Amino acid sequence: MASWVIVLASILYAAVLFAVAYVGDRWAGTRRRLTNNPTVYALSLAVYCTAWTFYGSVGRAAVTGVGFLPIYLGPTLTAVLWLFVLRKMIRISKVNRITSIADFIGSRYGKHGGLSGLVTIIAVVGIIPYLALQLKAITTSFSVLGGASEATAELSFFPDTALLLALLMSAFIILFGTRHLDATEHDAGLVLSIAFESIIKLVAFMAVGLFVTYGLYGGFGDLFAQATAVSQLRPLFTLNEAGSPGDWVWLTLLSMLAIMFLPRQFQMAVLENVDERHLLKASWLFPLYLLLINIFVLPIALAGNMLLPNADADFFVLTLPLSAGQGGVALLAYVGGLSAATGMLIVSTFALSTMVSNDLVVPLLLRWPALRLNQRTDLTGVLLVVRRLSILVILLLAYGYFHVAGGSPLVSIGLISFAAVAQFAPAILGGIYWKQGNLFGAMTGLIVGFLFWFYTLPLPSLVDLGGLPASFVSDGPFGLGWLRPYALFGVTDLTPLTHSLMWSLLLNAGCYVIGSLLTEQTILEHTQATRFVDVFERSEEIDRLQMWGSTISFGTLRTLVVRFLGERRTRDFLHSWPVDWHDEQALNQPAAPELVNQVEKMLAGAVGAASAHVIIASVTEPTLTFSEVMNMLDETSQVLRYSRELERQSQELESKTVALHEANERLKELDKMKSEFVSHVTHELRTPLTSIRAFSEILLDNPSLGWEQRSQFLTIIMGESQRLTRLINNVLDLSKIESGNADWLLSDVDMGEVVRESVAAVGQLFRERAIQPELMLPSAVPIVRADRDRLVQVMLNLLSNAIKFSNPTAGRVWVCLDVVDNRVQVSVRDNGEGLHQDDMEAVFDRFRQVRRKHDGNPTGTGLGLPISRHIVEHFGGRLWAESEPGHGATFCFTLPLPLGETVYG
Amino acid sequence: MKPKWQRKRDRLVVLFLLGGLLFNYPILALFDREGMVVGIPILYLFLFCSWLFVIALVAWIVER
Repeated sequence: MASWVIVLASILYAAVLFAVAYVGDRWAGTRRRLTNNPTVYALSLAVYCTAWTFYGSVGRAAVTGVGFLPIYLGPTLTAVLWLFVLRKMIRISKVNRITSIADFIGSRYGKHGGLSGLVTIIAVVGIIPYLALQLKAITTSFSVLGGASEATAELSFFPDTALLLALLMSAFIILFGTRHLDATEHDAGLVLSIAFESIIKLVAFMAVGLFVTYGLYGGFGDLFAQATAVSQLRPLFTLNEAGSPGDWVWLTLLSMLAIMFLPRQFQMAVLENVDERHLLKASWLFPLYLLLINIFVLPIALAGNMLLPNADADFFVLTLPLSAGQGGVALLAYVGGLSAATGMLIVSTFALSTMVSNDLVVPLLLRWPALRLNQRTDLTGVLLVVRRLSILVILLLAYGYFHVAGGSPLVSIGLISFAAVAQFAPAILGGIYWKQGNLFGAMTGLIVGFLFWFYTLPLPSLVDLGGLPASFVSDGPFGLGWLRPYALFGVTDLTPLTHSLMWSLLLNAGCYVIGSLLTEQTILEHTQATRFVDVFERSEEIDRLQMWGSTISFGTLRTLVVRFLGERRTRDFLHSWPVDWHDEQALNQPAAPELVNQVEKMLAGAVGAASAHVIIASVTEPTLTFSEVMNMLDETSQVLRYSRELERQSQELESKTVALHEANERLKELDKMKSEFVSHVTHELRTPLTSIRAFSEILLDNPSLGWEQRSQFLTIIMGESQRLTRLINNVLDLSKIESGNADWLLSDVDMGEVVRESVAAVGQLFRERAIQPELMLPSAVPIVRADRDRLVQVMLNLLSNAIKFSNPTAGRVWVCLDVVDNRVQVSVRDNGEGLHQDDMEAVFDRFRQVRRKHDGNPTGTGLGLPISRHIVEHFGGRLWAESEPGHGATFCFTLPLPLGETVYG
Repeated sequence: MKPKWQRKRDRLVVLFLLGGLLFNYPILALFDREGMVVGIPILYLFLFCSWLFVIALVAWIVER
């Protein structure tokens, strides 16, 4: 393909990219803010997929089969937990105005400049080769597409593509990444262009995949079928070439860490996040993106192996369409690769440059007395220049590395970078979940991890470049075998990556934990640790801790802010504070400590937490001693505990109050029922008593009464006395049963016998009314377990009621015994007037005598049925009435049969 | 912490463990065999299906 076409396509692509970024920036302040969108956020995270994914995955798949997949499965696993881990990191960064991953770590461990500087160095050393890798990918793809033979084209192409690219990228980042001095402000244009690039690379890769699978072959089935026919390709379908299980696990773990701690991922996922809720969608959309971009990796690798067995597998994506004469598809693939590479270059460089300027250069400049930076009135220009220079320097370093070490294969460099940033894991994860983690532990962990990483991964690769003798790897330095970089301390049989990860990560984490346990935290570390770990619970409260004294005046403070933020932003920020900024006298007053705190935070957004702390410390001094802060933290946490405890107790109290209230209501009701009962009883007692008294008086006053009348009155008196006795017995009986003091004599009771005996007992009553009771008893009669006498009492009550209320002229009473569903049911039916619907339940109320005998006199005590019901219910049965007015009433009760027995006696 | 949030968190942690299991040995070794299912190599099919399965579950849990 003609070079000018490729150049034109590249220029067009760059123009579109600039335009997208420009639009994003223009709309940043408006309601159409495009970056405030979870899909854009998820796409911007796909900066994870670099040229290494785009070209290198195929290369790796061509050799290892599914061995390329752990790099994408790991992030999927991590994304499952984003809602907690990443959300916490985002919140911490927002609250503390974090500007980079180095700032994050330094800030956590007491705003320590040395630590964030160390992190910066590790990141730069680890990532520069990775940047160079992108430059190499683009240069090579350029020459592959241009038709030059790869071997010669790489470095001889003129004009130097890599250099041009590096410069173009610098311009882009400077234009869209350094518009705000405050590094915590969101760079909408930058984010939007990265999201755009993510779409381009996905579309391009899928297009090539579809072309290969369906254009060159007849779909997946055909492609795989043809590939199985080739014996060399068959191992790619299994785990044969994918490395050992240990390699697989370590690679997964490594990519799990990389997706969180690569500076570019931290930049996009944490710092450029505008809304924590975007994490919801991103936690599945981003893995889905990874899945999509990987579907065609293996098909392309297999097709390449079959069709172009001698070509470089890393560039099958380009060479397959080219060899098929599809220049358009190849050009699209080239643009996709370009977008993958530039996306990574832009974000990584941007993130690294913030670190280099905020955590490395500015702190050094501020401490360099000869520069007299402290005396300049406006440092904003200097800060901007430093940041822009950092961008340029980083990209030029990458270019330099590319020139020196351009020959290494794509994949290994990427993994070396992953392993470098994985060293941040203990310090960060420990830092956000473990309060005791301290500066000493983090520092030693990082140094040890970094040194071991360096010794076991990048250093031996210098051998290939000729920087070191080959014996360094094979025999160890100075012939010391136990120091061999790929078999340290005699640990052999591991691949270099697994070997390096094992040593560096284990020692790193070990030093971190042990170092933290052995040493004490300083006052600042302690506050920062609390601020990070308890970010969701206590950040505001810690903000109120006043770290700074009032030894600085409002005027001086203002001058300080102007120097770092510029006049305009200072005005925006400071003038909401209730001070007359034009009044000389007011400006001479000591500044409020809260304002000093806020200023420190504001400066942290511009120059990083460590530098901001140093700047503030140079003009005022902390008021609090270690013990004071500890006390305050402990006090506040104690207060918090107390208030939580109080809250819990008050909730308990509330539920108890409700329960008490209910109980009280119940008691009141019972009390009312009791007094009603008492008044009923006295009323019932009074009636017979009155009549006894009246007849006794008549007898006393009239000695002349005839025998007949006398005997009639005496009969009444006796009857009433009996009724009185019965009533009192019943009342006593009922209260005994209700209070649970009744004696129950349990025995096996033959229900048939009970019925027959009861009927016989009231035989006199039947005869008086000339009623012939009709019994319907089954031949085999069930046995229940109950108190026999009590059951007889129930039966007698029901029978006497039935006799009383049966038809006065032609009374009939039926008694029926049945077994229904493991229950024995007894019903007593009369042919009286029956019960009204409303009275069916009322008859069971105490003293409720709804039925009148035909002569209109109340009969009985009104307690028989309530007592009967209590008795039946005591044995687990039920007593109820059924009736149709005019057709008599039926009283039924059931009793449960003993479990598992339907015994017929 | 709200119970709904807590339930979400518990589910995601379990899913994380499940994913860790699916994507790793020894489960992986079960599918490490030659042969095709619906024209696609078994191991390849298993990895992509379980991958999609985990993603779908995440979406289901977080978006509810």
